[in-house]
Amino acid sequence: MSKKNMLRLAALTAAAALALTACGDDAADPGTGDGGEGTLRIGTKYDQPGLGLDEGGTMSGFDVDVAKAVAEKLGYSEDQIEWSESPTPQRESMLETGQVDMIFATYSITDTRKEKVQFAGPYLVAGQDLLVKADDDSITGPQDLEGKLLCSVSGSTPAERVAEDYPGVQLQEYDTYSLCVEALAGGRVDALTTDDTILAGYAAQEQWAGQFKVVGAPFSEELYGVGIPKESDMCEQVNEALTELYEDGTMDEIIDKNFGPAGYTPAPGTNPPTPGGHCG
Amino acid sequence: MLELIERFDFFSAVWMTVKLTLWAALGSLILGTFIAVLRLSPIKVLQWAGSTYVTVFRNTPLTVVVVAANLVIWNQLGLEVAARNATYLDDTNFRLAILALVAYHAAFVCEAIRSGVNTIPVGQAEAARSIGLTFGQNLRHIILPQAFRGAVTPLGNVLIALTKNTTVVTAIGVAQVSHAMRRMIEFRSDVLFTVFGLVALTFIVLTLPLGILTGWASEKLAVKR
Amino acid sequence: MSAQAILFDAPGPKTRQRHLIWTALGSLFVFGVAAGVLWILWDKGQITPDKWAPIFTFAAWKQYFVPGIQATLVAALVAIVASFALGLILAMGRMSDLRVLRIICTVVIEFFRAVPVLIMMLFVFFMLVYTFRMRGGTAPFLGVVVGLICYNGAVIAEVVRNGVASLPKGQREAGLSIGLSSSEVRRMILVPQALTAMMPTLVSQVVVILKDTALGYIILYPELLNSVRQMGSRFGNMTVAFTAGAVAFIFLNWCISKVAEWLERRLQRRGHTAGRIAEAEPGDVD
Repeated sequence: MSKKNMLRLAALTAAAALALTACGDDAADPGTGDGGEGTLRIGTKYDQPGLGLDEGGTMSGFDVDVAKAVAEKLGYSEDQIEWSESPTPQRESMLETGQVDMIFATYSITDTRKEKVQFAGPYLVAGQDLLVKADDDSITGPQDLEGKLLCSVSGSTPAERVAEDYPGVQLQEYDTYSLCVEALAGGRVDALTTDDTILAGYAAQEQWAGQFKVVGAPFSEELYGVGIPKESDMCEQVNEALTELYEDGTMDEIIDKNFGPAGYTPAPGTNPPTPGGHCG
Repeated sequence: MLELIERFDFFSAVWMTVKLTLWAALGSLILGTFIAVLRLSPIKVLQWAGSTYVTVFRNTPLTVVVVAANLVIWNQLGLEVAARNATYLDDTNFRLAILALVAYHAAFVCEAIRSGVNTIPVGQAEAARSIGLTFGQNLRHIILPQAFRGAVTPLGNVLIALTKNTTVVTAIGVAQVSHAMRRMIEFRSDVLFTVFGLVALTFIVLTLPLGILTGWASEKLAVKR
Repeated sequence: MSAQAILFDAPGPKTRQRHLIWTALGSLFVFGVAAGVLWILWDKGQITPDKWAPIFTFAAWKQYFVPGIQATLVAALVAIVASFALGLILAMGRMSDLRVLRIICTVVIEFFRAVPVLIMMLFVFFMLVYTFRMRGGTAPFLGVVVGLICYNGAVIAEVVRNGVASLPKGQREAGLSIGLSSSEVRRMILVPQALTAMMPTLVSQVVVILKDTALGYIILYPELLNSVRQMGSRFGNMTVAFTAGAVAFIFLNWCISKVAEWLERRLQRRGHTAGRIAEAEPGDVD
């Protein structure tokens, strides 16, 4: 990231923080349980450019900003957040074993997962899409994947779906999407599949600028939820916080700040979503 | 337990471990012997190449070697190790895993053979030279046959370690025993102890006979002096 | 027969010429392979300032290398200290006069030596997470450390036992004849000398422990390999990041190996032991 971008980001973060503290006051209602005391342990991705990235102790990205805003609404300041890394295959077990209080990590709400954890939200509706080389016109959607090599992360929804729906596709599985991006750049796989938000995060990353494009034909609806342990009573509070974030315009700011540079906007038909209905 | 074994296809995972072990053992024996010959040769550059190889691979964690095999050889260098068919990716990862295991254990095989060479009395090589054998003939007829027989114990140790080290290739997703163990526990955390017992037993069954065989062979094959 | 020169005669003029040809061919091969690899990497755009510059920045060291190396060293250090302690206890137990104790220790040692380190780590990690519901970063740390201790403790116990076996019989007999009990003889005479004799092997075992901390990558202990993985994601230079990680590991271990060799030489000159000084380069693996 260049110096100029860094400054711009810092300014934006400061502005967002100011905006948040301004509306944070009246949101901290007394009924917020133990809010404001102790720490809030939040799991997110540490290596997902544009969504959750650890940059020398400061966290950045869309999920991180939403998490901070929600924490603010629940009455926790930024210093009271204890971040930890929640890689895709370990999200359920981290919640089930109480290692974190909530997870903001491109976490799609699915029925299988709802057996183990509960979800607040959705706070964004993304869709599974494909990332291909910028000069590759042979793939315009999942129907063109027959006989191609596809890369994804083991244990993730996109990997499961592709394995089921497109049996003719060979799947290379790694433990991080970044290795997939490396393989795509090296020309060893033909496409990388996961949520369009994540793909946009890579396409916008400075190192890969101009090398990849998001195909732009989402073939699923991913409801991004906040993962919360089953026994927690915070789910409805988080839903209220998310609703407020959409109403007071904070969410639009966050989306614009993180996805604006990639030219990505959440699909208009399904966004903004109405949080609620996935608790318990 | 039988249900577990069936659901997660445990036997094919064990078979994969055995296949990895056998191919990697064969490969690292050949490559390790070659490197040992380099280190014993009279040519300085070859000696240097051999000892550098051993230093590098003995000091690199196997995890790094395994990930690098996929990342560098396949991805960056673009070398193909499997035909482009319906099992291209599975074959590729399997063969890259073997390659990584061979590269890593060859360094230890080389050292084992060198320790075997050290058991040979000086007179053997001197006698060979005095009857006019060249370096190559000397190695082939005098040194290496005795070195292998003297190196049975360390070679056996390398083989046992190799069997256990095949677990590391789970890092690039090859479906052997440790991969099956991870999947079993992630889906059925209630049977953790059973799964561990099963996997531990598998490795005891695989390595115990190797240890006994090695002990027996090293006595049987030892050069009587 | 370690003296290289015994394998071949001093070369005459013809042989020297032949050696020259082999030297040329050998160099050509080594440099050819190196050049080929570099050429392809260059072609793939891996050798560019974009890819390499980030790893030399202060931010990269502060966030990735230093914490990664620190986590690796902490895990290794704890494992080294504890496995030496466990190793001594198991060795004493296996040499004990009590039959029961001997059998128990033998079984424990053989079990830990047969189970792969990674399997042990996975088991401890999952047990802490699922059975004891442990939170945060403690479970991966303990998984790595306990896995290493079990295996290396057993190995060290065997090294110590071999060291004792390698001592001349007179040492034990002399101890007994001055009225020490057999456990006192082991504790005060045999084991200390065995430790001195096996010191180079034991230091080499430290390399094994340090290397095996990298298995923590698989259970997400934030050691060096995991932190370079994160660095690769952030800067989009995974290949470069892993290369840097490998170089760091090789350097660390090479330093320890040098210490082992130095110890071997020093002890051979003036070791306080009746045993034969072990070699710093054991045929021991993994």
